[in-house]
Amino acid sequence: MTTTAVETVTLTIDGKTIQSPKGTLLIEAARKAGIEIPAFCYYEGYSLQAACRMCLVEVEKAPKLQVGCTLPVAEGMIVHTDSPQVQKARKGTLEFLLTNHPLDCPVCDKGGECELQDMVFRYGAGESRFTEMKLHIDEQQWSPVVFYDAPRCILCYRCIRVCDEGMGVGALGLGNRGASAVILPNKVTGDNQHYLSCDECGACIDICPVGALTSGIYRYQTRPWEMNHVGTICTHCSNGCKTTLGVRNGRIIRGNNRDHSGINGEFLCIKGRYAFDFVEHPERLQSPLKRVGDRFEEIPWSEAIETVAARFSEVKAAGGKFGVIGSNRTTNEENYYLQKFARQGLGTSNIDHQRTGDLTTLLDALQGRGGALATVADVYHAKAVLIVGSDLSQQHPLLAFQARAGVRHHDTRVYTVTPGPVREDKYSARGVIAQPGGEIAALEGLREDLAKEPELVILFGDAIRGDAVRALVRFADSLSIPVKYVCLLDYANSRGAVDMGLTPDLGPGYHPVDRPGLTLDQMLKASDLDVLWIVGANPLRNRALAGENTFVVVQDLFLTETARRADIVLPAASAYEKNGTLTNVCGEVQRVTQAAKVMGTKPDLEIFGLIAREMKINVGIWQWQKMFEEIRKTVRGYNVPLPVVATGGAAQTNPVNGRVPSLIRPEEIRSAGDTLFTSGTTGRYSNVLNAVLESPGRLYSGK
Amino acid sequence: MLYNEPSPLEVRVLTRRFGLPDSASLDTYLAHEGYQAFQKAVKMTPEAIIEEVKASALRGRGGAGFPTGMKWSFVPRNSPKPRVLVVNADESEPGTCKDRLLMEYDPHQLIEGMMIGGLAVDAHRGYVYIRGEYRYLIDHMDRAIEEAYRKGWLGKNIQGTGFDFDVYTHSGAGAYECGEETALLDSIEGKRGIPRMKPPFPAVAGAWGLPTLLNNVETFCAVPAIIRDGGAAFAALGTPKNGGTRLLCISGHVNKPGVYEIPLGFPMMKAINELAGGIPGGRKLKAVIPGGSSCPVLRAEECDIPMDYDTLMKAGSMLGSGGMVVMDETTCMVRAALRIMKFYAHESCGWCIPCREGTTWLRKILERIVEGRGQKSDLPLLGDLAKNMLGRTFCALGDAAAMPTISIVEKFPEEFEAYFSGKAVESAARHEPAFVTA
Amino acid sequence: MTFSPELETKFAKMLQSYPPGRERSAVVPMLIYAQDETGYVTDELVEEVARRCGVTSLQVHEVVGYYSMLYRKPRGKYHVQVCTNISCLLVGGEELYHHAEKKLGIGNKQVTADGLFSLEEVECMGACSWAPAIEINYDFHHAVTPEKFDALIDALQKKHS
Repeated sequence: MTTTAVETVTLTIDGKTIQSPKGTLLIEAARKAGIEIPAFCYYEGYSLQAACRMCLVEVEKAPKLQVGCTLPVAEGMIVHTDSPQVQKARKGTLEFLLTNHPLDCPVCDKGGECELQDMVFRYGAGESRFTEMKLHIDEQQWSPVVFYDAPRCILCYRCIRVCDEGMGVGALGLGNRGASAVILPNKVTGDNQHYLSCDECGACIDICPVGALTSGIYRYQTRPWEMNHVGTICTHCSNGCKTTLGVRNGRIIRGNNRDHSGINGEFLCIKGRYAFDFVEHPERLQSPLKRVGDRFEEIPWSEAIETVAARFSEVKAAGGKFGVIGSNRTTNEENYYLQKFARQGLGTSNIDHQRTGDLTTLLDALQGRGGALATVADVYHAKAVLIVGSDLSQQHPLLAFQARAGVRHHDTRVYTVTPGPVREDKYSARGVIAQPGGEIAALEGLREDLAKEPELVILFGDAIRGDAVRALVRFADSLSIPVKYVCLLDYANSRGAVDMGLTPDLGPGYHPVDRPGLTLDQMLKASDLDVLWIVGANPLRNRALAGENTFVVVQDLFLTETARRADIVLPAASAYEKNGTLTNVCGEVQRVTQAAKVMGTKPDLEIFGLIAREMKINVGIWQWQKMFEEIRKTVRGYNVPLPVVATGGAAQTNPVNGRVPSLIRPEEIRSAGDTLFTSGTTGRYSNVLNAVLESPGRLYSGK
Repeated sequence: MLYNEPSPLEVRVLTRRFGLPDSASLDTYLAHEGYQAFQKAVKMTPEAIIEEVKASALRGRGGAGFPTGMKWSFVPRNSPKPRVLVVNADESEPGTCKDRLLMEYDPHQLIEGMMIGGLAVDAHRGYVYIRGEYRYLIDHMDRAIEEAYRKGWLGKNIQGTGFDFDVYTHSGAGAYECGEETALLDSIEGKRGIPRMKPPFPAVAGAWGLPTLLNNVETFCAVPAIIRDGGAAFAALGTPKNGGTRLLCISGHVNKPGVYEIPLGFPMMKAINELAGGIPGGRKLKAVIPGGSSCPVLRAEECDIPMDYDTLMKAGSMLGSGGMVVMDETTCMVRAALRIMKFYAHESCGWCIPCREGTTWLRKILERIVEGRGQKSDLPLLGDLAKNMLGRTFCALGDAAAMPTISIVEKFPEEFEAYFSGKAVESAARHEPAFVTA
Repeated sequence: MTFSPELETKFAKMLQSYPPGRERSAVVPMLIYAQDETGYVTDELVEEVARRCGVTSLQVHEVVGYYSMLYRKPRGKYHVQVCTNISCLLVGGEELYHHAEKKLGIGNKQVTADGLFSLEEVECMGACSWAPAIEINYDFHHAVTPEKFDALIDALQKKHS
């Protein structure tokens, strides 16, 4: 929020004189001064409740204790947060709270990181005067993800608000009244078999201060202090949420963003929070495979590398034809190494990956103008957001969350041009329905409103490609307001794949290559390919490979449709099992850190290195730090500040200056159209994503 | 037929048409000064109407006793948002049964009061929020409203005055908390009746976020008389700052329980002994709840006082909503405390912790005591827990539950002791009438 | 689902009585009136009210759980509500309630086997000066003695035998 000089007031809290902007809530003013006013229901960024009464403080001249979470600071206010009266009030409220709380802390998931435990420890009484029967209600399972234990619930209403205000779903409500009040899921039945139909994002579980809402994935798995916590980046969609993986004995057992750091704060969707389970799926490849007839045989890594290197060298020596298909999920270092391997090591320009959005045309149309590419934070701060051709809440949950938060906190105006109803309709300023191809024409309907906006962030999906991108930029230019763009892409490193030159016409940093090679579609259709090397991609899922005699090498986590066609399959490590950097949809570079290790697999970078060594060619040292250093030095835009990335921050790449003479074929650009509950191959092998009842997009496809 | 015989001690202003043949009809109303105040008010400026209400020293009859004229003046007449008017007919305070009669016997008086309120704040729509249990009254009000429309006393251009006003009834569905004005507003919006944070006050942002004039039935019913006869005349009926008359609902151990209209400042003992015909069987007075179950209990010796807002406040209780509950010497105060707490535990909306958990815990302790499982330490515990609620809950329901408890614990400790020693338990366990029926 | 023509007329009027776009306001009254015809708040009724008032069914369920006069289970044809709150208590309301339990042979919130009566101990219903009071469906009965209670019940029973 931009504000003009805010009036400040001077007040005293516990004898400390502090200055605070007028209108600040007392609880926040105190926090900034290092004084804790305890609260359960107060939660920054969500609506005020004044329900838990833990934040009552003494304000001089007020007839009774005042509510710290709703009271704005005023000039000359004298506040006592630790007077005997306040202490007694807190003790009394906690005593009330514990009367119906089961105190089953020894078996509660939350034990050890429970806000109620902490509060009682700090502010409560050492003994209870409650000797009556407690109310009991049986625990309910609302979905594969969400369990609700009503007796533990302290009714702080955080879950209701995070679901409604934060997620825009509103799947939780309040049932009954008085001491029997409970949280209700959105599917209530007369026979008490309630269930949830929602995003299954687990935000309610994460925000629950006690163990009332627990997750089907994590419950009864561990004590929290037995885990190590690894901060890394979610491997699924392109938004690049930071996730903290709880790891015990090399196994990932929890995902959340417990320190609220990173571009997503505490936001995570079902994929970031729970869909790490593909890592230990029983069908995970753990040994290299060699085709023998129509079946596969496990072979040692040494044999696999030797076989691949021998065939590569042979084809190279014979002047044969290579094809290389890279991944939307491998790290920048791997992508950079792979294109270098292809171009320098194999001498081919036939390198591509499945393009999911027309970023290159956007960069070309912008011609290097500064500040025209939005960050994730910009989507929140913007005064206006325009979504074109994307079901944002389904496909880019963090970006949708940011826009919603903007609406909630500073009245961001959201505009949509979509082929059907979307969740944004609930709070958008205006929405226009336009069939694919008709988006740009439909924009004219919004021109008058958009031109009145002080600034705009435009997010556009794969329907806008080729000339449509140029038309979009022309339209935006004609509004004569500052505009930033996000070209929506599919996966964790779709952006990095383009940036690192996994394209037949452009090298790293969008440098045009001398002799452009074959595109992905062209490679699949070429009957004369000698070698097709496919890394972390599944192009044969719904397409055929023309080359009958092509020697196919596949690096992947699972025996995909593509891997089934391979001659050699090399089991790769996932992003949760390696180190490196990823670039998100907004061009923000972030560090991934290894959390788990799956026996028998190797990171793709190591596999590339081993093949190169076996071929006796020099592509570079296969260490991610060395590669990242090389990228920072040589790839345009990637000279990002190292300390930011090294400490878990996000550093946006600089825009590419000048024109990007892409030979892109717009028809080859297509998003996989993943929803909240799918994520390409990894999603197919996630038990959680397959277990939830919600069919992809069901919630928002209709009314 | 009237529910109880009127008393010659009454000063009948709001109730003066009660008992007339067909008193609820528009014709009867018109024949007895009906809608004259509206005709007068329509020629007055809004400021003048509000001044007249201020001059009457009328205070809210719902329980809080806030000066009505001042409340009306808070509604921003010039707001770009339309103003609405809401009548709180959620009469639910135990001991209170007056609004029922006002609506049953003289519905047009309420409609006229609303119309004058509409003139004062430039509102053109009014809603009467009636508790669900009063279904017959909702139908009854609907008939009166329909008659008023039919005869041109509601709707567009009322009686050629150019003033438009619509009135609707709205049914509640069983929730004491909805008598709290902001909870009522949430309820009328189709939500759970959870009280709202203040500010903003309803006058500025009430129903549907619109500026809202919200008063109790009796408060609106007093308005026609105030406008017709002048605020000063109404004020003169009562005492300074406590203008006019009010309806007193007397229940419990009296010979002639009933609803009586008396001037503010009427002596409490006179009300018990003369209006209500005294205590049956010549038994002695033990305690009085002066204004509904939320008010601290007064011991017999504290009851020799005039009934106005300020005196009651000084006596450590409240005039409340006019529900006076008389308890004679046979009354078991512990069981009375239990019944009152059972009510608040049942009616607590559950929004805030101290009220939700406090009322339930207190109920459980009192139940245990009555069942003979109490102990000496329960007495200070009851008092301390009630004080942990007092002043710390989201709305006044927590206070309403705490105050009678504190007063009974402090004023009648010996009755608790009787339970702790086992003396009082036997009769309770056998479900024998612990109370003499009047 | 549809209701009786009278109720449909009432609902049509009701939805018009609130400011435009505020149809949600009709949730509580619509539920209680509809319940008179359906007997109790069925899942189907919740969906119907949600649809008519333009809210989610969860928002209707939140309301249903809150108000004590909205019932999620069938009641008797005659729902007998006995007040035992303070004013009634002082003049025999509790005894009357226990008498009612014996007379009807059912406990609080139970229904007789023939489905004719259900019983509920209720909070103050605004009849304090004419206590003890009961309400059978929406009809008030004042100063009810056990004898008067029996006569009321017997008359209703007779009507249906």
